[in-house]
Formats: sequence, C-alpha cells, structure tokens
Amino acid sequence: MATGTTVGRRRGRRFGARPGVAALFLAPAVVILGALVVYPIFATVLASFQGPTGGRWVGLDNYQELITNPRTRRAIRNSVIWVAVVPATVTALGLVFAVLSERLSFSRAFRTAIFMPMAISLLAGGVIWRVVYEQSPDRGVLNAGIAAVRGVTHPPGPYAGSTPSQGMRPAGEGMSLEEPVVAGHAYQLGLVGLAPEQVPKDARAAAPGEPKADEVVGVVFRDFRPGGGGQRGQIDQDELGLPGMKVELRNPDGQVVKAVTTTDDGSFRIERVGDGTFTLVLGGASFRPPFEGVQWLGPTLITPAILVAYIWIWAGFAMMVLAAGLAALPREVLEAARVDGAGEWQTFRRVTVPLLAPEMGVVFITLVIYVLKVFDIVLVVAPETVQDDANVIALEMWQTAFGARNQGLGSAVAVLLFLLVLPVMVFNLRRFQGERS
Amino acid sequence: MGGRSLRRLPLNLGMAVVGVLWLVPTVGLLVTSLRPRALFATSGWWQAITRPSQLTIENFRRIVEDDSFVTSLWNTVLITVPASVGVVLLSALAAYAFAWIEFKGRDSLFLLVVGLLVVPLQMALVPVARLYGDLRIFGSILGVVLFHIAFGLPFAIFLLRNVFASIPKDLPEAARLDGASELRIFARIMLPLGLPAIASLTIFQFLWVWNDLLVALVFAETSTAPITVAIQQQLRLFGGNIDIISAASFLSMLVPLTVFFAFQRYFTAGLLAGSVK
Repeated sequence: MATGTTVGRRRGRRFGARPGVAALFLAPAVVILGALVVYPIFATVLASFQGPTGGRWVGLDNYQELITNPRTRRAIRNSVIWVAVVPATVTALGLVFAVLSERLSFSRAFRTAIFMPMAISLLAGGVIWRVVYEQSPDRGVLNAGIAAVRGVTHPPGPYAGSTPSQGMRPAGEGMSLEEPVVAGHAYQLGLVGLAPEQVPKDARAAAPGEPKADEVVGVVFRDFRPGGGGQRGQIDQDELGLPGMKVELRNPDGQVVKAVTTTDDGSFRIERVGDGTFTLVLGGASFRPPFEGVQWLGPTLITPAILVAYIWIWAGFAMMVLAAGLAALPREVLEAARVDGAGEWQTFRRVTVPLLAPEMGVVFITLVIYVLKVFDIVLVVAPETVQDDANVIALEMWQTAFGARNQGLGSAVAVLLFLLVLPVMVFNLRRFQGERS
Repeated sequence: MGGRSLRRLPLNLGMAVVGVLWLVPTVGLLVTSLRPRALFATSGWWQAITRPSQLTIENFRRIVEDDSFVTSLWNTVLITVPASVGVVLLSALAAYAFAWIEFKGRDSLFLLVVGLLVVPLQMALVPVARLYGDLRIFGSILGVVLFHIAFGLPFAIFLLRNVFASIPKDLPEAARLDGASELRIFARIMLPLGLPAIASLTIFQFLWVWNDLLVALVFAETSTAPITVAIQQQLRLFGGNIDIISAASFLSMLVPLTVFFAFQRYFTAGLLAGSVK
C-alpha cells in the first residue's frame, strides 16, 4: 500500500494518464465485481441471520440448525472426508505420474491421457462414472472386471440357488445333514430348486453305494422327477445324481476330517472313518452364487465411489503442475545425487520431493479449495435415493437455498464454506503483500 | 541401448496399462452413446468391440433432431462466448489500469481483487438471485453471463496485471511521449504483448463456463438453460434415458475436447497460472 507512491515516482506522473482515465478503464470491472461479488458477500452474511425468505431476523438460529440438523451435519462430515482424502491422494498420484512419465518413451501420450479428463465437465465426468459403476457385471465395466477376476479365484458354484429337500440346515455357505453320521451307513442328501441347465450333462441316475464297516457312503441327488411324481426325501426312478459336489466329513468340533467329491451318479464314499459321530457338510463352494456386482452407488460406498471419479479428473492437473516443476529442477542436483551413489528411491525421497515441495503445496491448496466447493459430480454420480448419504457442503447450500427455498439456512451454509476458504484468502493476501515489499 | 530399454520395459508396460485404464471410462461413455438403448440394459458396452455391428449413430441423430437439445446447446454457446469475451476484455482494461496508470488507492483496490480470488460463488447465489429478480433479469441469458463474468474477473485481472506489469516500461512511456492515448497503448502494446496469456485465459474461461452446471442451474430457466442443465434433468431416469444422456454428454464434451487437443499448450499454461485461483 505504501509502495504506491514510490511506484508512482519511478514510473513518473510526467507521462502518466490522468486519474480520470484510470476510472474509465476500471469502471466496468469494478461495477460488476461490486454488484455481483462484493455486495453479495455482505448480503449473504446478513441473510444468514434471517428467516427462509429474508426480512425477519432470527439471530443465530440458522447456525444452530447448521450444527444440529443431521442433514447438514452429514454434509459437513462428508466434506471433511473429501478434504482429508482427495488433496493428499491427488498430489501423491500426480507426483508419481510426473516422475515416472518423465522416463517413458511415450511420455506425451501418457500425460495427454491422464490430463484429458480435466477438459471435460464434472457433469460429463459424473455421467462417465455412473456408467462405470453400474451394478450388474453385465453392464458396469468395474464390476465386470471384478467378476472376471472372481471367475478365477471364486468361481460360482454349479448348484447355486438350490435348497435341501429335507433334513439339512445351512452351514456357512454350504449345508449340513441334520442326522448324525456314523461309519457303516449310507446317507441320502436330496436337493431341490435346481434349474434344468444346472444339472451337468454327464449326471447319471442316482445310486447310493453299499458301505463297508468303516466307511460312510451316500448320494447327493436331485430330489425331483421331470414330469412329476416321486416322493420327497427318497430316490425315485429317473432322479439324477449330482456330480462334482464337495462333501466334507466333520467331527463334533467342526473340523474337516475327510473331504471327497461326488461322482457321475452323485455317490461318494469316505473310507477309513473312525468311531464316533460326525456331520456331513455339502461344501459352500458348490453353492456359491454368481457375482452380483458390488453396489458402488449404494449408500455405503457412494462417497468413496465419487472420490475416485474426482481423483480421476484431477490427477492430471497435479501431474502437469508437478511435471512442469520437475522440468525446471536443476539437473545437476539430481545428477550429483546419483553420482554420490544414491539409488532411484533415495534420489526421489531426498532430492526430488523436497525440491518440489513448493509446487506440491500449490497443488494441495488448490485442491482443498476446489474440493470444498465440489458440487456437480456429487449431484450427478449419486442417484437420488442416496444423495443425502453423499451430500457435501456446496451441494447442501444449493439444495437448501434453491431446492428447499430456505435462503437463510442456505446463506449460513455458504458462510460456513466462506469461512473454510478464508485461511487461503489470508494466505494469498499475505503472500502478495510480501512480494510487494 | 537394448539393455536400457529392456530394463525399462516393466515401467513402460505398467504405465501403458495405467494410461489405458485412465481412458476406459471415457471410451465407455462414447461406445455407450453409440449403442441402442435396449442393449444397455442387457449387455456391457465392451461387447461392441467384438460386435461392431451394434454401433449406430441413431442416438446422436435423435438428439440433433430434438429441438429442446439443440436449443440448450445453442444456449451454451450464447452464454459461453460473451462470458469469455467479456471477462477477457474487462479484465484486460482493469489490469492495464492497475499496471500502468497511477491513481489513488490503486494498491488497496488490487489487494481487494487478490482477496476475491478464492471467494466461493455460493457466497453470492442468494443475493444475486434476489437482485436479478428486482432487475427482472432472473432466468435470462444475460444474468448467467454477468455472473460468470463477475466470478471470472478476479483471477483474470490478477493474471493480466502481472503480465502487463512485466512488459518493459520503455514501451508505453515512449508511446506516451509520442502522444499516444492510453487506449492506443492498451490496444497496440499491451494486448499484442500479452497475447499468449490472454489466449490461455480465454481458453480457460471458455471451458469453465462451457462446463458449468451450478450457475446455470440457479440463474437460467428452461428456455435459457445450457446443455449441462438439460442433461442433469435427464438423470432421474438414468438407465431408461441412457441413450439420450450418453449422447448428449458426449456432444457437450466435443467442444472442450477439441479445444483441449488443439490448444493443449495454452491450456496447460493457463492451468499452471491458475493454480492460485
């Protein structure tokens, strides 16, 4: 501020324009800023102490509502999660991308791919991710990817959806025979509720075997005759054995003593069974239902899901800023570190990161500001039913002031947002004044 | 040489995978927009890779024949162009005054502009809505444009003032000695020399306004709403309207993506300068 006179002397009023000219240059911008930014700041603060449509003074009621209402509390809590997760993650990811992409033979193409989402709207980005997050693995590419992996690690069981016809109860994912099992006996385990295509082609008519004294034998069969007839709980003519079923013999402690798999006629034979009573359990893997897809857009995962979409958009920004910083680093320093025998990781940790700290700070602060104002992507990605679960401060401000038409409370939410960015404003002013003096 | 590139193979491979993964969501939307709606309900878009016969431009044809969507796309243009030109013009004028004209209170006024850099626009929505109501411009394109200009100005002034101030002072002073008017110095010296920064600023403001949803949601009405609002209003029936939503979203992305690929250098420069906003 005091610098004005010195600048004036240096630049010389002799050649300078009349102050009136300055007014002409400034007038349009000043009028618009005054009417649409500066005045509204004060008006919003005033409105936050007034009722839903203004006019009536309500003191601190709106602020009390702000901190007690479960809706706004959830919005604030979610915004805290956003600020805690996104800036740090984006900065770290951007740093990794910037450093690694520098050595790529296709560096430009890589950076363009990562940076591209910055150009599109948060609305379009939101639509993009809603398609990604579709729950059915037939439609959403994310769940389709998970389904492909699970198909190898946890393949769906061949007999998913079937239920016992009699005498069995659920045991974990599988089911166990209620009747105690002893050596020398044969057991029948009937299942119903199987679709015709679930019965394997090579299944043959169910046939229990004959047990020796130290053996447990049995048959797992479909307790259902195509065309009707037959009696529940026993093997009738034409009822098929179910091959490939995992059968476990468990001791009273629940430990698996023996495990076998049924053959084509559904029979199994467990040899050398000791004395005592056991339980027969049909293994869970055989009944494992097919993967239904993770409900990304459900109430529990919605905020993490939106965070990922937002990080996808902003990682390119962090990468570009940090890559520019990286390119400006003195090469000698990095080379010197390598000459001194520092490994890649050490150079990165001890040299690159400290030298890039200012740029990382800029990225972090920028992200904090944007994350506090995040609005569109929550509105778009969160389906209406879970929008309250995903709510954030900026969205709540719009919902309250223009959806619920409570302009007083909406203004209080806006003031809260303003207070949260105020430290950054002070920081900017300090830094600017520091540069001037 | 062979050893070096071989050693880098895992890195190259890994990063290639990351880069492709980064593109998958966008490609997914594009392919979705090129498939009939009925297929969306039953199968994933990636099936079109092996069955390209599924692809059709039918969704896009229906959209460009739909008057309301054409209107909303046109509204986007009507909002974005004046809002971008307006910000650049008004901020350049103000920045010139801040950089090169001596007047009382100049530094305090500029400090105010710096202070306004981070003000969230939520802070102005309610009073400006009331003000527009009084002025009878609520719901008009003018109102949306003015609001965008207002919130684009602080950063634009900040950026251009720094650009103009770094121009060697001999240039304007010599011109003044020759009797050139301030407007002439502004137009003949400042604007040409500041052109790269002005280009970045224009691109940035253009994308900012083109991609905006919130301001239009508050200040526009059905007949003046831009495409972002039109799409947002279809979201309620996401699966049922996916043909419209995906095609319209992709149409709305075309212009920003074109700008991005055509002017990537300026875009990056603007982004770097804009990190303080």
